[in-house]
Amino acid sequence: MAAIRRILIANRGEIAARIIRTCRALGIETVLAASVADRDSLPARLADRTLCIGPARSTESYLRVETVVQAALGAGAHAIHPGYGFLSERAALARLCEAQRIIFIGPTADQIEAVGDKLRARAEAEAANVPVVPGGAAADAAAALALARRIGAPLLVKAVGGGGGRGMKRVDRLQELPRAMELASSEAGAAFGDARVYLERFVTPGRHIEVQVLGDGAGRVIHLGERDCSVQRRYQKLIEETPAPGLAASLLQRIEEAAVRFAERLAYRGAGTVEFLVDGERGEFYFLEMNARIQVEHPVTEAVTGVDLVAEQIAIAGGEGLRLGQRDVRPSGCAIECRVNAEDPAQDFAPSPGRVTEVSWPGGPGIRVDTHIEGGSRVPPFYDSLLAKIIAHGADRAAALARLRQAIAATRLAGVASNLTFLAAVLADERFQAGGVDTGFVARLLERAGGSERGSRA
Amino acid sequence: MTLTAKDVAQITKLLEDSSFDELDLEIDGVKLSLRRGGSSAAPIESSAPPAAAGAPAGAASRPAAPAAPTPSTADPAFRDVPAPLLGTFYRAPKPGAPPFVEVGSAVEEQTIIGIIEVMKLMNTVRAGVSGRVAQILARDGALVEYGETLMRVGKTG
Repeated sequence: MAAIRRILIANRGEIAARIIRTCRALGIETVLAASVADRDSLPARLADRTLCIGPARSTESYLRVETVVQAALGAGAHAIHPGYGFLSERAALARLCEAQRIIFIGPTADQIEAVGDKLRARAEAEAANVPVVPGGAAADAAAALALARRIGAPLLVKAVGGGGGRGMKRVDRLQELPRAMELASSEAGAAFGDARVYLERFVTPGRHIEVQVLGDGAGRVIHLGERDCSVQRRYQKLIEETPAPGLAASLLQRIEEAAVRFAERLAYRGAGTVEFLVDGERGEFYFLEMNARIQVEHPVTEAVTGVDLVAEQIAIAGGEGLRLGQRDVRPSGCAIECRVNAEDPAQDFAPSPGRVTEVSWPGGPGIRVDTHIEGGSRVPPFYDSLLAKIIAHGADRAAALARLRQAIAATRLAGVASNLTFLAAVLADERFQAGGVDTGFVARLLERAGGSERGSRA
Repeated sequence: MTLTAKDVAQITKLLEDSSFDELDLEIDGVKLSLRRGGSSAAPIESSAPPAAAGAPAGAASRPAAPAAPTPSTADPAFRDVPAPLLGTFYRAPKPGAPPFVEVGSAVEEQTIIGIIEVMKLMNTVRAGVSGRVAQILARDGALVEYGETLMRVGKTG
């Protein structure tokens, strides 16, 4: 296969900047496909060339499959890197790339479809002998009720086309089920163009543990260890770390092996993440979903393994296959990442777009900052509110945590509201410091601190 | 009432933070025209390609920073016709056919001035203004960006 010498990046923000950095290191030219709102952004200046693909609204720019492919063809790009979000898990983009002989840096269209349909992903997991949460699809209301009785309340009604916490309804009593299913179905139809829903037991308390995998597309798969992403607010991850604190080595090994089995079954190509819900006390784990793309929190894995995951994505896409064996992956130390968002904790985490008037990101040994924000940068209201990821690496968790707390304290940001003080509070919490919190941790923390925090800001 | 320097600074900030590109304000006979992307804007050169050898295909043939709104909008005698979408620009309905318009052609708002192809889908581009074509900037068969100035039309009358 011809070498990839020019890549079109169909994304924005910190991930666009991060992809460009690796491309530069590899001597690969970059073409950024940007909306009007991002034409003057840092990634636009870092890229060798920027093409304006449409108006600020992403449905008219970043989400236009044909426009993105046309831009790649017009710019003479050999490959498209979709980043995360936007078109990264749209089979239509991968398929159009295949038809146009442009390399899609990611899995095949079929693989995207296999994991994007959550019911099909469940079936693949079961076939790969990977445990799934008790549940399934139901043909009609009567069947749903029968299934719900078997599963037991509380349970979740989930959208087949959903994922990442979107398109879910919790049902605590079975008589609420028909109404919840109706609501979930109509919402799913509107949000994902797929009204199908299914049922799953609501497992709580649980930890969100995911496994980074790389596949060569011919059936060979390795894993690069786990990430613990249990610190979430409304299913949005805030802090991620590796290794997962306090998880028994034998349980972790079973989880990693399950992730590899799942990806092997699909003959998965590229970088992907298999997510699990883990009940550490019972030693049980369940498959949640697979994300067929690079993930926001990939830097913690890079910090401990020394592997540049974007470089491996490009190598696999370019036909080089897996350049690492499982034994080459030797994680060292601990890494923790914080997501700095332009959102105001005092206003129920409402997005705070605007212009960053002043910013000073932290540095020093063991600190990495992935960002597209500098003094004067705009934070447009059209996209997600992620400003930066601050990643700390240390010999052990205590060392990484100390570095991260110092880094957060050293960060200066003005012009937009941010969650920095909230992140600092989470890192200072003794339960977080002890390690191994479950996914309900942030909600409980906010409940406890809620009133007093609001009062002090007024 | 007069506008102080501070007022102007505040108004400029409002425009900067808004989604608008231009502001024309008239208070008691004082006229203020603000335009985003003027020469004094942030020291940002968004799409400058690297030196010739490494330049992606097609980049060398165009100025480094095309894209609307361009400073030319400052000349009220001419209006820019921006590309409504990214794609391949064609001046004629098919290869070998005469172009839709030439320099000097009279156009009205609904006059078709070209085609932009996006993955085999042909989108007609209309002038959007009336007048006489003064300058054609986009090359036939070239990739044009969203908002890039395709032509300039001189206002008549």
